Order: sequence, then C-alpha cells, then structure tokens
Amino acid sequence: MSDSDTVGRPGAPGLARGPRGGAAPDTAPEAPISTPKGSGGTPTQPPKVITRPGDKIFKALTVGSGVFVVAMIALIGIFLLIQAIPSLADNQANFLFGRDWDADPEGGLAFGVLDLLLVTVFSAVFALIIAMPVSLGIALFLTQYAPRRLARPFAYLVDLLAAVPSIIYGLWGAYVLAPALSPISTWLNENLGFIPLFATGTSNLAIGQTIFTAGIVLAVMLLPIITAISREVFDRTPSMQVEGALALGATKWEVVRTTVLPFGRAGYISASMLGLGRALGETIAVLIILSSTTSHFGFSLFDGGDTIASKIARAAQEFNDPRGAGAYIAAGLVLFVLTFVVNAFARAIIAGHKEYE
Amino acid sequence: MSTATDLNRPAAPPAFQEINASRRFKNRLATILVGGTFVLALAPLVWLLITVIAKGFQHVLNADWWQKSLAGLTSRQFGGGVYHAIIGTLLQGLICAVIAVPIAILVAVYLVEYGKRSRLAKAVTFTVDILSGVPSIVAALFIYALCITTLGMPRSAFAVSLALVLLMIPVVVRTTEELLKIVPDELREAAYALGVPKWKTIVKIVIPTALSGIITGVSLAIARVMGETAPVLVLVGYTTFINYDPFGGSMASLPLLMTSERLTTNEVGEARVWGAAVTLILIITVFNLLGSLISRLTSLKTK
Amino acid sequence: MISKRPVSVLGLVAAGALALTACGSDNNTTPGGNNSAAPAPTAKAPVECGGKKDLVAEGSSAQKGAIEAFVSAYGAKCSGQQLAYTPSGSGAGVKQFNAGIVDIGGSDSPLNKDKGEVDKAAERCKGNPAWNLPLVFGPVGIAYKLDGVTSLTLTPELAAKIFSGAVTKWNDPAVAAANTGATLPDKAITVIYRGDESGTTDNFQKYLKAAGKGAWTKDAGKKFNGGVGQGAQGSAGVADAISAGDGTIGYIEWSYVQDKKLSAAKLDSGSGAVELGAEGAAAAIKSAKVKGSGNDLVLDLDALYASNTAGSYPLVLATYEIVCSKGYDADTAKAVKAFLTVAATDGQSALADAGYVPLPDEFQVKLLDAIKAIA
Repeated sequence: MSDSDTVGRPGAPGLARGPRGGAAPDTAPEAPISTPKGSGGTPTQPPKVITRPGDKIFKALTVGSGVFVVAMIALIGIFLLIQAIPSLADNQANFLFGRDWDADPEGGLAFGVLDLLLVTVFSAVFALIIAMPVSLGIALFLTQYAPRRLARPFAYLVDLLAAVPSIIYGLWGAYVLAPALSPISTWLNENLGFIPLFATGTSNLAIGQTIFTAGIVLAVMLLPIITAISREVFDRTPSMQVEGALALGATKWEVVRTTVLPFGRAGYISASMLGLGRALGETIAVLIILSSTTSHFGFSLFDGGDTIASKIARAAQEFNDPRGAGAYIAAGLVLFVLTFVVNAFARAIIAGHKEYE
Repeated sequence: MSTATDLNRPAAPPAFQEINASRRFKNRLATILVGGTFVLALAPLVWLLITVIAKGFQHVLNADWWQKSLAGLTSRQFGGGVYHAIIGTLLQGLICAVIAVPIAILVAVYLVEYGKRSRLAKAVTFTVDILSGVPSIVAALFIYALCITTLGMPRSAFAVSLALVLLMIPVVVRTTEELLKIVPDELREAAYALGVPKWKTIVKIVIPTALSGIITGVSLAIARVMGETAPVLVLVGYTTFINYDPFGGSMASLPLLMTSERLTTNEVGEARVWGAAVTLILIITVFNLLGSLISRLTSLKTK
Repeated sequence: MISKRPVSVLGLVAAGALALTACGSDNNTTPGGNNSAAPAPTAKAPVECGGKKDLVAEGSSAQKGAIEAFVSAYGAKCSGQQLAYTPSGSGAGVKQFNAGIVDIGGSDSPLNKDKGEVDKAAERCKGNPAWNLPLVFGPVGIAYKLDGVTSLTLTPELAAKIFSGAVTKWNDPAVAAANTGATLPDKAITVIYRGDESGTTDNFQKYLKAAGKGAWTKDAGKKFNGGVGQGAQGSAGVADAISAGDGTIGYIEWSYVQDKKLSAAKLDSGSGAVELGAEGAAAAIKSAKVKGSGNDLVLDLDALYASNTAGSYPLVLATYEIVCSKGYDADTAKAVKAFLTVAATDGQSALADAGYVPLPDEFQVKLLDAIKAIA
C-alpha cells in the first residue's frame, strides 16, 4: 500500500483512528490535514460531485462483481440443466418418480431420483427433529442462562463444532458412533419395531450403517448453525420487554417463554430451515456412514440408502461417459433446486422481520 | 383492601412473595433442561476430539510426517508423511482465496457503498444468501459441467479451487459487508470534504479501516474451505507424489488423502487416515487462531 | 500504520508455515529386500533405465496395491524414476489413456471395440494399435464373519444362491450340505456388496454366471445385481462392514482379506475345496487362454472361471495395463518399457504379500516379449 501521489496515505490512518476514542497517542494532529499537493488529484473545485475515470472504473468493477455473483447462481442452474438434458432425453425411466437408479450407459440409462430424494429429505428431517430442540436449548442457555462472563467462551465451544470438517464427522460416525449406537437401535427395533419408523430395515444394526446413525451425526453438524443464528436473534430481544416481565414477578423461565421465545421464533425457524438446507446437501459424512442398498426405501430409520449428494460422490470417480455423468448432474440439479427453495424460504422468513435488523 | 385497623400490619401485602411451588418447579426444570442441552452439545465435540487425538496424534509427532510424501510406499509400509497433501490443501485454499477475496470484497463494497437499496443490490444480497446454502457437491458438479465437460479442461487442483471460490465468496461477502457497515460515515465525509475521490476514499480509508476484520474473516473462510471434501472427490485425482502444479496432474489434499487411504483397511491405512485428520484439524486451528489473533491485535475498538 | 499490521502478521505466519514445511520430499527409499516365500517367477530381463522421469498412469483400483509394489521396485531399480498411479477406476483409466493424458491405463477389462475404445486408442497411439497386457492377477475372496465358524466351504452354485438371496440363513440345508460336520447357527445371512460400480463386482458376477450352474440368473456388470444385502463403499467399506457385523458375507480382493484378518471361504468347484491364496489362483491362471492376437494379450476369462482342475481357485480378477505398441515419444517409450519390465520381473516378488498372484512363468515370458516389442 505504498503511494506517493495522493493525500490518502498520511491522512487515512489518522482518520481511521478517530473513532477509537483518541486513545492512540501517536495520532499526531497534523495527520488529518495533510499536505494537499496540487498535482495529486486533489481538486479545489466547488463541492460538486465530479466523476473521475477512477471512480467510473471502480464503480464498474464493483457492479461487475455484483452482477457476476448474480450471474453465477443462474449459471449453476443453467449449466447443470444443459448437461442434464441429453441424459434426461435418453432416460428410459421416469426421472422424478422412478425409484431405481441405473446410470450405466451400457444397456441404456434408466434412472429415477425419487428414492434418493426420499432418503435425502427423510434423513435431513430426522436430523432436524433432533437438532432443533437441542439448539434452542443451547441458544437460550448462552443468551439467558449462562453467566455473562462465560457466555462468550461457551459460544466459542459450540462454534468449534462447525469448524470440524465433515469428513472427520463421517469417520467418527462410521467407526466410533455407529458401533456405540448399535445397542440402542437394536433395542428400539426389538421393542418398538411395530412402528414403521423403527421397523427392520435394509441395513444390519450391528454394523450400524443406518439412517439413524447418519441422522444423529447430521444433527450434531446442524447444532452450531441453528444455534448461532438463534442466539443472535434471542440477544436482540428488547430489554424493555424482558425487564417488564421481570418487574411483574416472572421467573426466568416465564421471562423466556413470554418475551424471548415469541420475539425470536421467526429467527429460530429461519435458522432451522438454513440447517435443513445444510443437512440436505451434506455429502461426505453421509457417504462414509450410510450403506447403500438395492431395495427401495422403506421409511425406516434402520434402512440404508443413498442421498442425492452421497450418490453423486460415490460415482464421482467414474464420471467418464458424459451421458452417465449427465444423470448424476440431473440429480445434482434436483438437489440444487431443493436447497434453493429451502434457503430462499428461510431468508424470506427473516426478511419479514425488520426488528431483527 | 380494608381500612387499617391494626397499625402493625403492613398496608399492602409484601412486595416479594414466595413464588408458588409449581412455578418454581417449572423454572428449575427449564434451567436444568437448557443447561443439559449445552452439555449434550459438548459431548460429541469432546468425544470426537478425543477419538481423533487418540487415534492419530502419535503419527504426527514424527518429523517425517511433515516433510515427506507417501511416494513409493505400498499400502502395507509404515513411514512417509503427508507433506504432499498439506501442500495441496494449502495451495488449493490459497488459490481459491486469491480469486475469491477480491471479488467478494468488491461485491461487499458495491452493497455498502454503491448499491444501497437498489434492485441489483437486493438481487445480489439474495444471491449471496442462496450461494451460501449451495451444497459443496453441487458447486463441484457445476465446475465439472463448466470446466471439464464443456471447456474440456482436465481434472486439476485449479478446478477444485474454482469450486471452492463459489463456497468462499458468500462467507467473505457477509463478513466484509458487516465490517464496512460499521465504518463510521464521518470518515467518508471527512475524506470527501478533502476532495478525495470516492473510489480512493473506499480503497484508502474505508477498506483499510475494516481490513483487520476482513483478514480475520478471510482466514476463517480459508479454514472452512480447506476441509471441504466433495469438490476434491469430483474434480481432482489423488497421488502420493508432491505436485506443485495446480493446472496439471493429480494433487493430493488432506481430505482426499483421507478418503483414498480409507480404502486401505490395515493399520497403515488407519494411521494415515487418523494422522491426516489430526493434521487437518491442526491446520484449521492455526488458521482460526490466526484470525482471532489478528482481530485481537488490530481491531478497532468501536462497536 | 494500522492497515499494514494485519497484513504483516499474516505474512509472517505464512512465511513461518512455509519455512516449516519447505523441506518436503518424495524420497521414501526404504531398506528393500523382500524375503517372501511366495513362488515368484524366475525369468530376468535387462532393464534399460532412463527416459521420462515421471510416468503417469490411472485406472482400476483393484490393481492399486500391485502398482504400488511395482513403483517401489521401479524406484529401487532405476533411481529417480517414478510413476504416479491414480486409482480412479477402470473407466477413467481407459478414457485418460485414450485422451493421451496418462501414459499407461489400468483397466479390469480389455479395450472394448463396440464402444469405440479400440479405435480411439489407436488414434492416441498415432495410428498404432494399443495392447492390453494382463500384468496383475489377484484372487477375489468370499470373506465372512460368523461367530463360532472358522472354516466354510462354498460351491460356486451355493455362492450364487447366497448372493442372489435364494439362501438366506446360515443353517440352510444347502450350506450344511457343503459343510458336513460344521455346526451352523440359525442366523440370517447379511450380504455385503460393493455399493459403487466396480470391476470386482463385474468379475465376481461373471464368475457366478460362468461357474454357478445356472444358479445365478442375474446379469453381470459393474453394479451388483443380486438384489440382497447392503452396499458398502469400496472394498475397504465391504471389509469393514463384514468385520463389524455377525453373519456377514461379501466378496473382496485377497489383500483386503489379509489386511482385515477376515476368514475367507474355500471354493469347491467340483474337485475338492481350495483355499484362497496365491497357489490356487496361480493354478487357475495357467488354464487361462489368450484370445487376443500377437502381443495383445486379451484373456478368455470364461474358460478360467469354469475351470475345475484340482487345486485351482478360479475366482481371479485379471487387470490389464493398456499401452501403445508404438507411437510414444522416445523418452516415454523408454520409461514405459523400463517400468513394465521391472514390474514383470523384480516387481513380482512383493506381490503375494500385497494380496496378488505372481505371474506364472510361461505368462511372464509372453509378457516380456510383448514389452520388448514396444517401440
């Protein structure tokens, strides 16, 4: 950042320190009123907006970047669609409602995405059902219950959960958690097996490569996401409301129930939706944990199967034939649309609440 | 209330009454449950970290681990290291940052300084939100469809970096946007008053003011994308050799090494996988600490 | 200079990180010397080291372990020479070879004329035919885990029934008939198969079709078509799942059986039970016929699979190296020849330890002739 021809340099740091409360002793008074050399682009014209070439170029750059990002999301959709169309045209099965996946171009493509979609949504929703109450509790604990001084380090610990790469969650889930959950899932299966959710599925419970295991790992991965946003929203509960409730003699819980929760509800739901989006697209953890199956998905937690993302990743190394790859790209498009809708919905909820700003 | 006949009795009931038992019980139950969820969340974190450290830490203590590749070793020979994968991970992360950060900062500048509430700005904000929710496998597929099938590029580390760019831009835009918003308007006005052009005000004053925060955000974002596995699975091949060329050939990275070495089921493979897990966590920790260190050293004390 | 501080801190740390790791090396020379008792072939051939320093190859993951052993021998014989192998699957290997991106393609099946692979390969080799050289043979084991049962014999027919769901219990009379005297528990059989597309699955299903006396009614192919059980990712995933469960059975390459210390079933093709191992597999490979012409050594696997000579274990996976007969530039040709020669001679001794079968002598001679003919 060296330059010689403008006023900027000596002035900037001085100015920049202004709002720090003048704490810096080295803020020499001569800094802000720097030496305007006549040549260096310091105009002495009346205060009228003058657009210089630099301004035009810079603005064009920023606008260009903005347009680029907007174009990017459109391009993702368009390119996936373009690559998927030839394979979809060759598809002998119903893409949206077919339940079998055969993307081997030898002997004809016949791929249907329905089973993948069902497993994707089922496992994500299961994860969300576990993660939502827990995250709510954590967010309340961090904002309302934890001692002020400890709230920050505690929040940092929860955020650490988000820093762990998903592949490590996958390894932990498959090699450590799955065997540990085996007695629980066996018990559920033996005693509550009459409920379809706990019915015997396609995956061996002793091995534990089930949607049950995958869902629990996904839930752990969702905790920091849902917690972070909920926490922010809960923190913004107007103190007037809280104090009012306290003044009326409410207990801590009653304060939470009558002020914090109603105020933060929309934000919490939005956070959960964002979490759902994340769970739908999670790839490697699910890939490592879940066993695949040739049977159709039976809506049991003890089924194996593939989510859209894990199916794509499983086949990624064999993407050679463009038509075979096209089938997976078509599935990717479905996942893209699905997460798009979920995320847009989540944002729409928050956007309707000006008080969160 | 009745008129006071007994002067020793207070005129009104005491201000602080005992809270009745059921309310007290509910309150205590809620406290326990809420505290319990926090402990419940920490359990997997602790369990996971202990697992990784117990299984992998011993392997990274060897100096060779940080200096050598796995070249020439069969899947039954101990020894070697993950240097090739560390280089790959850092290289892919840095290339991604070099591309993503300028774009992301420009986008944030547009949103805060130029766009304000225009329709394009709204579209950009919406897109950034959506982009942050795009699954990494979809980003990888997009780059595959764009670069590899359409443009005919080979699979390469550069393609991985491009996919990571998509994942990094929204993160950096968000942080930068927040930081630019809290740069006081007085600074801008003071600069304008001195006749400094707007673009120079932004480049020389607004961005430098927020720079420490931006760098923090960037280092966190790099840490995040370095752990991504889906793009490397789709977009680059694994090799046990050191490769510094992002445009050609296979390049290892820590997540890719883990997925590849997972295919070796003996103790050697286990050592490599969990050792790489520890290495990855260490690298991510370094980048995270770097972020908070920078922000602590140089942060502005304004809210 | 507030704005400079974070940058310099970052720079400092980055420089530090680079300094810390700036001494990386690919040099992993281990004190060599493999004293394995496996019957390695004896023929020696002069190796002319030199040429292109870094060969690249890509393809079948089934031959990954063998290639690693070859690379290790190649580095020991010709110091400074290396080969990077990407085990990304047979399809990728063929495609990358045909595109001229890799020097050698590894594949579980020979180039397919119907798919145009042969013509594309000829184009890549500047108008010369490409050769399929079956350099790596490995037996596939039917591994199982069943508490209390340490020895299990399967006939091809029974294996076909188990893997297609016709036999679902371990104490099924059909299993008992093949294992007289063994006490079999009343447990369900959990079949574990490869959930990803794989040449191993393809070969296994072809074997069941060729040897299963009609019990395998499904198709062959890279996808498991048995319709039972649960899939796992890669042979490693299959091995993990087998050992994690009880009553599990699956098919994996020999090396995984060794690594995971699993029990593998003996195969009884009609003339007695044969254990999984190099000897049985080598005996079976001898009965393989070459159906390609000249130096293009394409194998007729159906004859191999159906062989029932005593002492042979015919469930063998053959993988090919796909190379140009001519059309490499001089540097590459020299290195390719050197690598393949080392692979076919010195490289063989480490193979049994890596779960593969060393080449039978007569096969080695054929291969060395072909390698010598590469120009």
